[in-house]
Amino acid sequence: MKSLAELTAIRDKMKARVAIREGGADIRIVVGMATCGIAAGARPVLNAFVEGIAQAGLTEKVTVTQTGCIGICQYEPVVEVFVPGQEKVTYVKMTADKAKEVIEKHILNGKPVVEYTIGKAKM
Amino acid sequence: MFRSHVLICGGTGCTSSGSKKLIERMTAEIEKQGLAEEVKVVQTGCFGLCALGPIMIVYPEGTFYSQVHEDDIPEIVSEHLLKGRVVSRLVYHETVKSEGVVSLSETNFYKKQHRVALRNCGVINPEVIDEYIGTDGYQALGKAVNEMTPQQVIDVIKESGLRGRGGGGFPTGTKWQFAANSISDKKYVVCNADEGDPGAFMDRSVLEGDPHAVLEAMAIAGYAIGADEGYIYVRAEYPIAVHRLQIAIAQAREYGLLGKNIFGTDFSFDIQLRLGAGAFVCGEETALLTSIEGNRGEPRPRPPFPAVKGLFGKPTIINNVETYANIAQIILKGAAWFASMGTEKSKGTKVFALGGKITNTGLVEIPMGTTLREVIEEIGGGIPNGKKFKAAQTGGPSGGCIPASHIDVPIDYDNLIAIGSMMGSGGLIVMDEDNCMVDIAKFFLEFTVDESCGKCTPCRVGTVRMLEILNKITSGQGTLEDLDKLEQLCLYVKSASLCGLGQTAPNPVLSTLKYFRDEYIAHVVDKKCPAGVCKNLLTYNIDPEKCIGCKMCQSVCPAEAIWVGNEVKPGKKKPYLMIDVSKCLKCGACISKCKFGAIYKK
Repeated sequence: MKSLAELTAIRDKMKARVAIREGGADIRIVVGMATCGIAAGARPVLNAFVEGIAQAGLTEKVTVTQTGCIGICQYEPVVEVFVPGQEKVTYVKMTADKAKEVIEKHILNGKPVVEYTIGKAKM
Repeated sequence: MFRSHVLICGGTGCTSSGSKKLIERMTAEIEKQGLAEEVKVVQTGCFGLCALGPIMIVYPEGTFYSQVHEDDIPEIVSEHLLKGRVVSRLVYHETVKSEGVVSLSETNFYKKQHRVALRNCGVINPEVIDEYIGTDGYQALGKAVNEMTPQQVIDVIKESGLRGRGGGGFPTGTKWQFAANSISDKKYVVCNADEGDPGAFMDRSVLEGDPHAVLEAMAIAGYAIGADEGYIYVRAEYPIAVHRLQIAIAQAREYGLLGKNIFGTDFSFDIQLRLGAGAFVCGEETALLTSIEGNRGEPRPRPPFPAVKGLFGKPTIINNVETYANIAQIILKGAAWFASMGTEKSKGTKVFALGGKITNTGLVEIPMGTTLREVIEEIGGGIPNGKKFKAAQTGGPSGGCIPASHIDVPIDYDNLIAIGSMMGSGGLIVMDEDNCMVDIAKFFLEFTVDESCGKCTPCRVGTVRMLEILNKITSGQGTLEDLDKLEQLCLYVKSASLCGLGQTAPNPVLSTLKYFRDEYIAHVVDKKCPAGVCKNLLTYNIDPEKCIGCKMCQSVCPAEAIWVGNEVKPGKKKPYLMIDVSKCLKCGACISKCKFGAIYKK
């Protein structure tokens, strides 16, 4: 260790990885991971969110977690985004690419991607 | 990037309840279910709730699983980690509320706690230096050597009001100032990790859960006083702590956080381990230094104090593990932050090892000034089996009892001294109405008699004479004069002994004499033990009205002291049984066997 800057670099790299254990994040992204969700491809979606949030350096603000069956199995993979003080947004028929778009537009810029939400899906 | 972390406690408590197997099984199962890239298993230090071990926490949800069995692992992996469904039957019941599973920090056990010294215990993997760095580790050392003068470091510690956590409560900054002022070509920094009080495991948990915190603080201390070498004196009976310290020292050296020219400055510092063989007296600072020097662990007279003439005759500071665990936080967050916690003269927090008759056995860290009632009734979950709180013992063999009448006293150094106990290193043993206070005093005195090093007469001989009097009292041979003699002897031993061991050894006797004199008098005058503990003062009897004559007690009696009588009580089918007092060993086997509560002792 030759300098404080070197130490701080390691800290910043590690901070994102241990932040998950604080549990105090504001925004929650919840991926439906019941049998139906997994069969429809929820795992790549979940992983895309985890990686995308880490890349954006948001691990201290955003928690990505999974949940059981939400009850609308034909629309899986289903992802719900909870932002404090706002109504939850439910995305349906998600893919890894759509996940990236959601992070970019919704999480980073505060604009939900309306065309992927349940309201826009063909009933 | 892992989406989920599974933290499994690798402290001594959970290791002995099988957490090592859990870690192996969990790792294998995650691999088997194809989650190795997504879920990380982390071995951590103590979470504190040892009574419920082995403990497992799953993040990001923060789900707290307790008493997890190896066979529960596949279910946790397939349900929780894969599908996100919490396995509710394994969740700690306190976290299950009507509104769903709540965060661990909302439970009674954690709500009132404030973790400073234990901040990383149960959060990071103690065997990975990067995880410590990730929680601001070694930033304080970097700040100290790069941006502060040694005197500034000492001033911050002084202003914080930090006092030694090993028992005496001497102001840490003042101690450092003495050592800094001593002029010498060589100085040392020593860590006292010779935790010896029965029932105490605070330092052990810090070393096991966050070893780098101690290393960092010692390096800061070295910078402050101008030392380049440190020793950690740790008991050989703490194998996990020793192992993790070795790993931590090696990693810190590799990163250049120990060794020559730390952070590219002129400051060099390195640390060595010394394993103690388990003598209680080596927890006394001068005896500890003598032991590091390679001699028999015996205390030496003070003054000269170690800050002037310590290890190998050089100026030395010696602090306890928990004291060091606070240092880096004080440097980073400032003296005012630390001083904002606690009472007027006792700042910060204190870690206690809760044991004895208490629901939540474990490790708690509370701000100074928390009352004993909060610790026992709220954090500790009260006394089990509906029994009544009688007293708490703090400070181990050097401390005393706090009776129920003082349960609302705020815990700090000065209050505890004022009521005849002491903070000690932080063992807190809770006693209920079934504990005999004379017997408790005898237990601690037996310990000090065994552990007295023998160098000075008051301690070597005086404690033995005291124990003889206590034995006389508990066997029913005592007189009222014995109580006076005992008290007098206590004062002699206290004032004439060479070191802290002898000076404090009479405390358990003195404080029980002060608060529970009536129990002593019951032993001496009535020849009775009110709590029903002292065997010689008890007789076992069978109540003919309750006995149905089933002979179960007779079948378990090892002394063949139970025989069948001739008389059959009205309404009973068989004759009742009787105990031959001359044969009875008072082992209690019959009482635990009897389903009808017919056997009693008095």
